[in-house]
Amino acid sequence: MPETPSTFSGCEEGGRQWYELFSRGARDWLRHNEKIRKAVLEKLPDVIAESDLMGGSDNRSVKVPVKFLEHFRFCLSTPDEQEGTGQGDAQPGDQLAGPGQDREGKGRGEGGNDQGGIEFVLELKIDDIIDWLWEELMLPNLEVKTGATREDDYKREGWNRRGARSRLDRRRSIKEAIKRRAVDPDGPAFCNEDLRYRQLVMRQQPATQAVVFLAMDVSSSMRDRDRKLAKTFFFWAIQGLRRQYSHIEPVFIAHTVKAWEFEEEEFFKVRGSGGTVASTAFGAINTIIDERYDPARFNIYMFYASDGENFRDDHDPAEQALDRISIVASYIGYVETPASEERALDTETAAIFDSAAEHGAPVGSYALTSNESVWTAIRGFFQQHAGEKVA
Amino acid sequence: MARSLESYGRKMEALAIDQGLDYFPVHFEQVPASFMMEVAIYGLPVRMPHWSFGVRYIHQLIQHQMGHSRLFEVVYPGNPGRAYMAQSNSIPENTLVIAHVLGHADFSKNNELFRRSQEEVGYKIVEQAAGHAKRIAAAIDQHGQEKVEQVLDAALALEAHIDAFKGLRRDPYPEYRLPPSVAAPGEFKDRFRELPGEEQPVVKDAENVRADIPPHQERDLLWFIAHYAPALEDWERDIFLAVREESFYFYPVFACQTMNEGWASYWHARLLREADFIPQSEYLDAIKTHSDVVRPHASGNQVSLSLNPYHLGFSMWEKIIETEGLERAFQIRKEEDDFGFIRNYLTPELVEELKLFQYQQKKDGSISVLETDLDALKESILNRKYNFGAPRVSAAEVGVDGTLHLVHEHQSDGRGLDLGRCEKVLEYTHRVWRRPVTLSTVDAKNAPRTVSYPAE
Repeated sequence: MPETPSTFSGCEEGGRQWYELFSRGARDWLRHNEKIRKAVLEKLPDVIAESDLMGGSDNRSVKVPVKFLEHFRFCLSTPDEQEGTGQGDAQPGDQLAGPGQDREGKGRGEGGNDQGGIEFVLELKIDDIIDWLWEELMLPNLEVKTGATREDDYKREGWNRRGARSRLDRRRSIKEAIKRRAVDPDGPAFCNEDLRYRQLVMRQQPATQAVVFLAMDVSSSMRDRDRKLAKTFFFWAIQGLRRQYSHIEPVFIAHTVKAWEFEEEEFFKVRGSGGTVASTAFGAINTIIDERYDPARFNIYMFYASDGENFRDDHDPAEQALDRISIVASYIGYVETPASEERALDTETAAIFDSAAEHGAPVGSYALTSNESVWTAIRGFFQQHAGEKVA
Repeated sequence: MARSLESYGRKMEALAIDQGLDYFPVHFEQVPASFMMEVAIYGLPVRMPHWSFGVRYIHQLIQHQMGHSRLFEVVYPGNPGRAYMAQSNSIPENTLVIAHVLGHADFSKNNELFRRSQEEVGYKIVEQAAGHAKRIAAAIDQHGQEKVEQVLDAALALEAHIDAFKGLRRDPYPEYRLPPSVAAPGEFKDRFRELPGEEQPVVKDAENVRADIPPHQERDLLWFIAHYAPALEDWERDIFLAVREESFYFYPVFACQTMNEGWASYWHARLLREADFIPQSEYLDAIKTHSDVVRPHASGNQVSLSLNPYHLGFSMWEKIIETEGLERAFQIRKEEDDFGFIRNYLTPELVEELKLFQYQQKKDGSISVLETDLDALKESILNRKYNFGAPRVSAAEVGVDGTLHLVHEHQSDGRGLDLGRCEKVLEYTHRVWRRPVTLSTVDAKNAPRTVSYPAE
């Protein structure tokens, strides 16, 4: 017999209980998401390389399919044959499911491990990623390149009593009328003397536009892995520049023994055959600069990705074309995806960029051998670039 | 709480006592369905925070929204017991819940495994777990989320690795080896000693020989790490012991699930049948709920690859009471756990009646029904119940450099561990043990494998 009777208590109206105030499940779920976000950021190079992100506005986000984090426990390996107990109309020897069939209810009661496989989609804002990255890599903010590169433009500056109707500043005009009536309460409500027009003045603006040439060797020697690394590097280089320039235009150029300009979507899928003549790409860049991008108005960046092999006969033409670019370019980056780590940056193409550097061009060369090396290269690029500005 | 439910509750209790149930008072509370769900996930109404609960929460939420699961009640043994029922349940449903809870309350007061566990852990697990949660929240404030989480990652990963039979409160291992048992002096011994050329055996000074740690393979990994980790801080030990205490509380809940749910289901059915104070229409609603709860996973001609413990337990208790009488049933609920219950009382007739069968599933997904062998069938039901269904892993040795060597008893478990997961658990463990951690098991080809963290 119970010594005291049981108690029955319900939720009376108005008597809110503590457990209605918060959800522990939701709290721990948010913590899980926080952890997963961190885990995803740690393997961003892989993630980024798999989606088309370049171009477009800065507000774009990346959708990353992720698995729920698993809290690991000791568990037995999955055996080839597993026994279980079931219930229902089944005779010994019955075949309930054939090979490859996925029966509903399979694996029920197998413990918590089945949770590991479910995926959900995490949406990451590119802006957030960039901020995180800059903090994590401790990258400097670039100084906008000033000096020769300036653009002339009209700017609003001050007010005038005369001007075109379209530039009438109503708010300012009303203020003038109020001021006047404060001194002379009997005056007219509004008169021509009160009108104020915005003034435009021609001023020189520091150039905040940039064009980035992304050139890639797509000859048959470039492997998928090489493309992926190059793409990852290109993506982050652009994002870094975008932090600084209000307007940035990527130009995609692929080449084998010829060079073509591409749209972003096709660029990384292009697969050429045959050999490598780098001067074709450099030549194409020079042509495009001449036609579309006045070096006085645009900061010019160029990145070139290659596995380092180039026709020997092309050495001189490539060097000359590169020198032409380097006169107008703010920065030239060469990223090499070498066949072997030992030979990194000890190649024909690397030599072309080295000699350009000797001629005084702002050149940086990096080897991309693994996903981590992308970060090294990015860090190298931004630090070197910022360092030059200080010097 | 609606008047009628409260009055039904009181009448139901009087009826239960009249029928011979014996329990500590129960505190009943009606709560929102969302809270019910959380309680079911955490296992306790207030429990320590950990991200892994969040994952379970989302799974449950999805299932809940798809209408796959519905929770009627959650009950905690203790004195008083605590029961939560969903506000959204109808009055007939909650009347059934009250009867069901009284069945559980009787079980947890009288079953030996429950009684022993509550004597050790205490009769106020709900409050104790809330206390743990509070201490861990304080630790987070003091040491930061990351550090506390690392300890919880390890402790909760090893949550199943306790030794329920050695008990919650244990003395440390003896510091020195026990002196070798000296044969009792006697005539033979005296004469033996006098034999020419027989040297006095050199009795090592036993007091100076330090005992090995652990002196035997230790299954209670939570206890072992809490007390013998080379560089564990006090607050970290506190977390390990909190997790361990909750594991001891969960053990009987886990090891008696079929019996306990069956017993409660038997009693709610019986009490409802006897309750003449419930109007006919409400009785029918309640009994409909009953049949939903104890329904086998497969109905009609369907075949299910898993068993509903409510259904199995309920059917077994009905059979026992029918054939052996109520007194015997009370005795069985006192003395057995699921192992004894199923081994002793799952009869061939019942297996046939319930259409239980054993099946084999191959890696390619094909499933075939096996010949029924009663003993094998019982073991296959019990298979996932040993040790919370976790593999048998024990601490075997601590090396001179402090390396912790764990051993997996792969022969008892029939196969080796999942090596990938194993390495992750060692990684968690290493963060609290702070010296290398290794584990010996076998791989898929049954060849010995040692997993180490940090990897050698």
